[in-house]
Amino acid sequence: MAEFVMPSLGADMEAGTLVAWLKKPGEAVKKGDIIAEVETDKGIIEIESFMTGLLEKTLVEPMTKVPVGTALAIIREEGKPSAEPKSALPVSGAPPQPAVAPVSPTPPAPVTEPGRLRVSPSAKQLAAELGVDLILVKGTGPGGGISRADVEAAAAQARGERRGARIASAAGSAADRLLRMRQAIAAAMARSKREIPHYYVSTTIDMGKALSWLTEENLKRPMKDRLLYGVLLLKAVALALREVPELNALWKGNQVVRSDAIHVGVAISLRSGGLVAPALHDTDRQSLDDLMRNFRDLVTRARAGGLRSSELSDPTITVTSLGEQGVESVYAVIYPPQVAIVGFGKVVERPWVVDKQVVPRSVLTATLSADHRVSDGHRGGLFLAAVDRLLQEPERL
Amino acid sequence: MTPKLTRDEITTTVLRALGEIAPEADLAAIKPDVSFRDQLDIDSMDFLNFVIAVHEALHVEIPEADYPRMSSLNGCVEYLSALMEKA
Repeated sequence: MAEFVMPSLGADMEAGTLVAWLKKPGEAVKKGDIIAEVETDKGIIEIESFMTGLLEKTLVEPMTKVPVGTALAIIREEGKPSAEPKSALPVSGAPPQPAVAPVSPTPPAPVTEPGRLRVSPSAKQLAAELGVDLILVKGTGPGGGISRADVEAAAAQARGERRGARIASAAGSAADRLLRMRQAIAAAMARSKREIPHYYVSTTIDMGKALSWLTEENLKRPMKDRLLYGVLLLKAVALALREVPELNALWKGNQVVRSDAIHVGVAISLRSGGLVAPALHDTDRQSLDDLMRNFRDLVTRARAGGLRSSELSDPTITVTSLGEQGVESVYAVIYPPQVAIVGFGKVVERPWVVDKQVVPRSVLTATLSADHRVSDGHRGGLFLAAVDRLLQEPERL
Repeated sequence: MTPKLTRDEITTTVLRALGEIAPEADLAAIKPDVSFRDQLDIDSMDFLNFVIAVHEALHVEIPEADYPRMSSLNGCVEYLSALMEKA
């Protein structure tokens, strides 16, 4: 038996509001399943189960604000006997306070007899399982036939609409959300500048080969599979971290803890203001195609309010790029407890010396901000040199 | 074969695609000659999602080299009208 607690989703998080349970007591859960939604200063976050088992009991009602570390539910391991929790009280802090009035759950839509609709038997069964009204499903098969994919798309849309209503109900006005996010960013950045002795090193990278390769590569690809050059930067950073692993670490207590996994956090500006920096898990192990697909998904979910808890708690370093805003160099502030952040500026045309000849080249400035308690400028320089070298062989990324 | 659309229909499609990436934008206030980036603060990921949405709505293939021609509403309508005329 294990307590499922209100997670810490960043150095600045002290409490969160449980918005909704997405699993019911008695339901089986797998590690990684989304079982609850929590509102934080970064918006509504989907909370994943950390283990496989049975959701035995929920301990906190929806729309209740509790401190980080409070037990929210009990999860029983598969095959283990049921047991009562030691305590349903918060681990620390004040007792839970209702945040706003509970939201009435939306009842599942009734299953309507499809009548003359063209529906495959398996799609019909899936619709019944998911509570999808087939009358409302747009069929994309021949003659408007409804497939399993159509039913899944309709179910996803219905979930999104219910979720949107919960977000609107839970999070207050856009101005309130922005104010809370700015306060959270202020707390984290003030802590960073107070506690972390930053040092900065930068280099100018010739992007000619990388951009030429990308242009050729995208010519071969269908529109949906085209790559952005930012993906090359992310992969190069991830691979360079294998060579300088002390930058891929967290400062915990009074010591550095290196991470074997490389989870690059990507700074994403939100359209309503503020930013988040969720992780692209195992960035170094992903192909460029996977990285692009996952990056696109991450940006979409960050802006729509659908990030997952592990994406906020797992980054081991952050990358920020302000080139599209015309910025040439970025001297970023480290997000604690991470120990490094990489900033990329704009790709600009500059005179460049190649074989003693001055030629025009597309170049970009990369800057590393790093924690001097953990690494020195020498290692920081080696890291940037590795990023540069990797970008000169884009086909190997 | 791609059905021919009027310029108004193309404009509507483009604005709908813009609305998907910038839901907070007042689409009625879009200045047709000013770049989307300057008006809507969109980045390369937003722009990629925009051209994919247009591609899916109009069933036209848009080469990456032509992306600059789609930087404003007027640019999009001119470019897409010509593209669909050729299709």
